[in-house]
Amino acid sequence: MKEEVRLMKGNEAIAHAAIRYGCDGYFGYPITPQSEVLETLEELMPWETTGMVVLQAESELAAINMVYGGAATGKAVMTSSSSPGISLKQEGISYIAAASLPALILNVMRGGPGLGTIQPSQADYFQATKGGGHGDYHLIVLAPSTVQEMVDFVGLGFDLAFKYTNPCMILADGIVGQMMEKVVLPEQRPRRTEEEIRQQCPWATTGRKDNRKRNVVTSLELESAKMEVINHQLQERYKKIEENETRWEEIGVEDADYLIVAFGTIARISDKARELAAEEGIKVGIIRPITLWPFPTEAVRKAAEGKKGVLVVELNAGQMIEDVRLAVHDSLPVEHFGRLGGIIPSPEEVVTALKEKIINK
Amino acid sequence: MKEEIIIAGFGGQGVLSMGKILAYSGLMDDKEVTWMPSYGPEQRGGTANVTVILSDAKISSPVLDKYDIVVALNQQSLDKFAPKVKAGGILIFDTNGIHNRPTRDDIKIYPIDAMEATLEIGNSKAYNMVVMGALLKAMTYKLPMENVIKGLKKSLPERHHKLIPLNEKAIEKGASLI
Repeated sequence: MKEEVRLMKGNEAIAHAAIRYGCDGYFGYPITPQSEVLETLEELMPWETTGMVVLQAESELAAINMVYGGAATGKAVMTSSSSPGISLKQEGISYIAAASLPALILNVMRGGPGLGTIQPSQADYFQATKGGGHGDYHLIVLAPSTVQEMVDFVGLGFDLAFKYTNPCMILADGIVGQMMEKVVLPEQRPRRTEEEIRQQCPWATTGRKDNRKRNVVTSLELESAKMEVINHQLQERYKKIEENETRWEEIGVEDADYLIVAFGTIARISDKARELAAEEGIKVGIIRPITLWPFPTEAVRKAAEGKKGVLVVELNAGQMIEDVRLAVHDSLPVEHFGRLGGIIPSPEEVVTALKEKIINK
Repeated sequence: MKEEIIIAGFGGQGVLSMGKILAYSGLMDDKEVTWMPSYGPEQRGGTANVTVILSDAKISSPVLDKYDIVVALNQQSLDKFAPKVKAGGILIFDTNGIHNRPTRDDIKIYPIDAMEATLEIGNSKAYNMVVMGALLKAMTYKLPMENVIKGLKKSLPERHHKLIPLNEKAIEKGASLI
């Protein structure tokens, strides 16, 4: 049967997509602008249909540690929050990464720093891609630009998390969380059975049967020699993820004179700016990193080849621009344009910035 | 076809739900749609606006600086968005509480007394649907009424479906103001 096209907010879509994926548990704590994730889950009551657990924890700390516990048993578990709440979860995220567990974490970013505003932002790029918590670890970071991608990245995020036994983050700006667009939901998948979990997740603490080796899930290893081995294993995995899972989208890059690099909804604002610039005879191409980690370094380098300049457009003071500069080195001018604290730039502002910072410089 | 619309007013006037019904109506008419809200932390009394884009083609930016149609429901919104109507575009505003009228002569301006019309219907909750009626009539893209009704059904919870005839009446009333 063909799935019905529906109109949904990004946050609502996440909730529907989680149930459809066969997610086992959601643990969250409300915060604007993503409270609709928890609200929608409570409204849909999946515990009566698929058996998925939905729990409003007493705090962000409790929520992320419930995710840690659930993930250790091989269950597909997730949490969501917005910037200040994600900061609170960083300790747990580092532990989950160190313990090599799959989990899905959604951050619908709002303007910071501190408690900040409730309006959209992309200022958690560093936090998501460079660590956030302590230690040498990486999250797989997906940046959706449409409500449909919010849906699709729940499935992709869980699949990648389980494939690499590594936590995955959907890093969404407040715009895509709050806006409504057309979505088609995937078919309902059954939650995995205990038997399937035992087969697919031999590392999980599923109850020791058949004299198998004990599974211990921990991030603690006091012997440095062993801890170094664990670190090397993590690094090998990150290398594999970098080789296989880099994703991006290009629009009109080939015959453009200038390149805009932008992620999330800002890439769409930049796409409109591209249309406006074209009306004035200025040829602009867009490259939109979909995985922020692993960053599409090689793709950005290639896209920038032969261009006259690169404008990095972000809702922050200049974060992804560091990765863009690492990709293109000093081969051409790379400038940044961003609005801060919850202000969203219009496409016209992006065109003006392109002219002032690159074209007329 | 592409209509870039902003509806702006006070929180509590039904601005966001009107945008939602419009977006759903577009969806029922097989269009690409985006609905992008902007509002402060307060629920009532603060400013609220919503950008709705209806298009035959894929929609790029959900955030705009110029609009084909602006619907302004208070002085603050009128002052802010009247200059943002594209040349040749449409401005609809509710005359209630308006002391500074727009002066542009390169756009079509429709002043409507939506409050008065709502009182005539006898249900103040239908205010936003009166405004919606005016908008649908003024719009270059003609949304078939049957799809608007389908949109209403989709965006209203089942328990409110008994209000659909009232909403339909309000939409017709609003259309008569243009």
